[in-house]
Amino acid sequence: MVNDPIHQFRIHNIFGPWNIFGYDIAFTNSNLFMGIIVLVITAFLLLSASKKSLVPGRLQSVGEMWYGMVHNMVDNVLGEEGAAFFPLVFSLFSFVLVANMLGMFPYFFTVTSHVIVTASLALFVVGLVVVVGLWKHGLGWFKLFVPSGVPIVILPFISLIEVISFLSRPISLGLRLFGNMLAGHIVLKVFAGFVVSLVALGLGGIIGSLAPLFMAVALTALEFLVAFLQAFVFAILTCVYLNDALHTHH
Amino acid sequence: MATTTETTETTGHEEGGAFPPLDSSTFPSQLFWLVIFFAALYLLMSRLVLPRLAAIIAARKGQIDGDLARAQALKDETEAALKAYEKSLSDARANANAIALDTRNKVTAEIDGEQAKLDGELAAKIKAAEEKLAKAKAKAMESVNDIAADSASDIVSQLTGAKVLKTAAAKAVASVKN
Repeated sequence: MVNDPIHQFRIHNIFGPWNIFGYDIAFTNSNLFMGIIVLVITAFLLLSASKKSLVPGRLQSVGEMWYGMVHNMVDNVLGEEGAAFFPLVFSLFSFVLVANMLGMFPYFFTVTSHVIVTASLALFVVGLVVVVGLWKHGLGWFKLFVPSGVPIVILPFISLIEVISFLSRPISLGLRLFGNMLAGHIVLKVFAGFVVSLVALGLGGIIGSLAPLFMAVALTALEFLVAFLQAFVFAILTCVYLNDALHTHH
Repeated sequence: MATTTETTETTGHEEGGAFPPLDSSTFPSQLFWLVIFFAALYLLMSRLVLPRLAAIIAARKGQIDGDLARAQALKDETEAALKAYEKSLSDARANANAIALDTRNKVTAEIDGEQAKLDGELAAKIKAAEEKLAKAKAKAMESVNDIAADSASDIVSQLTGAKVLKTAAAKAVASVKN
């Protein structure tokens, strides 16, 4: 069971099961890590902002870079009107980033390796785009699906493609993150499992285990990159989609 | 591991048969707690954390802008002071030139006056001397006539033994002279 690469994704109850309207909302290890994520983000950022020095120290610099990066992203993509969405984009980015990073610790649970979590966040973002778009532009917002300057003959066809592309956004947004985290962790576990299995075979196995050991180390570095990159991609796509809600260009 | 996946399904999450990330029996609890924790995160960020970070960054920006503005003000002040200094310097230079010119004119005028006075005095002295000379000359010329008349009457009396009247001799001298 130790070598089972799927074991790390298993969910078990810590408290519960509790039933509400027939649904089991037991507090599980996944939910525990959601709480840890919130705690880590809040504690780290509050600590980094505690000194309020004019010339920032190391910790404060990281906090300010974190803030500045998301702020620039929102500012560049959404402009002035996007300021209202900055806390949301910041929360999304931070949640995904810290979830991915915590997942890199051995024996820690990776919240973002569960499709329900990533899909919920993605659906929330796209749902928000629809709500904000309709609230800002009324029914005129649907012109988003009718690009200008297209010959009338192929316009229905283009509109159909636009609608499909819009509907596929939550799928791509959620599945991209889920797939990356799931596959990365499985591959890591598989290579690490090779090392253990080969070492058990004796001297020849120990020498042979060097190759998968090297792979596991290299993949760990790659996974750290992926962990950051996926959080960044999630945040910037959120901004790009929100941009459609704020500024319809027809 | 493949065998366990086949066995039980509904007893709970722990022995859940399906591939865990796709096990729909865990979805309600995941969703429920995700909403709670993400809402908590959003509230903590928007109400507590982000305003603090924004305040720090804004304070630094304000400080830098203030410092830059003060530096600019000081620079302007320096430039104004330099301009004033240069102006007073050029004023003083012009003043000095004026004084020098004035003094030179005054001195020149004084010298010219002295020169003219001296020339006048000299001219008067020369004139007086010339007059004196002319007078002496005229006097000498008169004496010459007398001497000539005396000499003439003496010569006549010596030669002829006749007495010549002084007036006649003077008359004769005057006629010869003319």
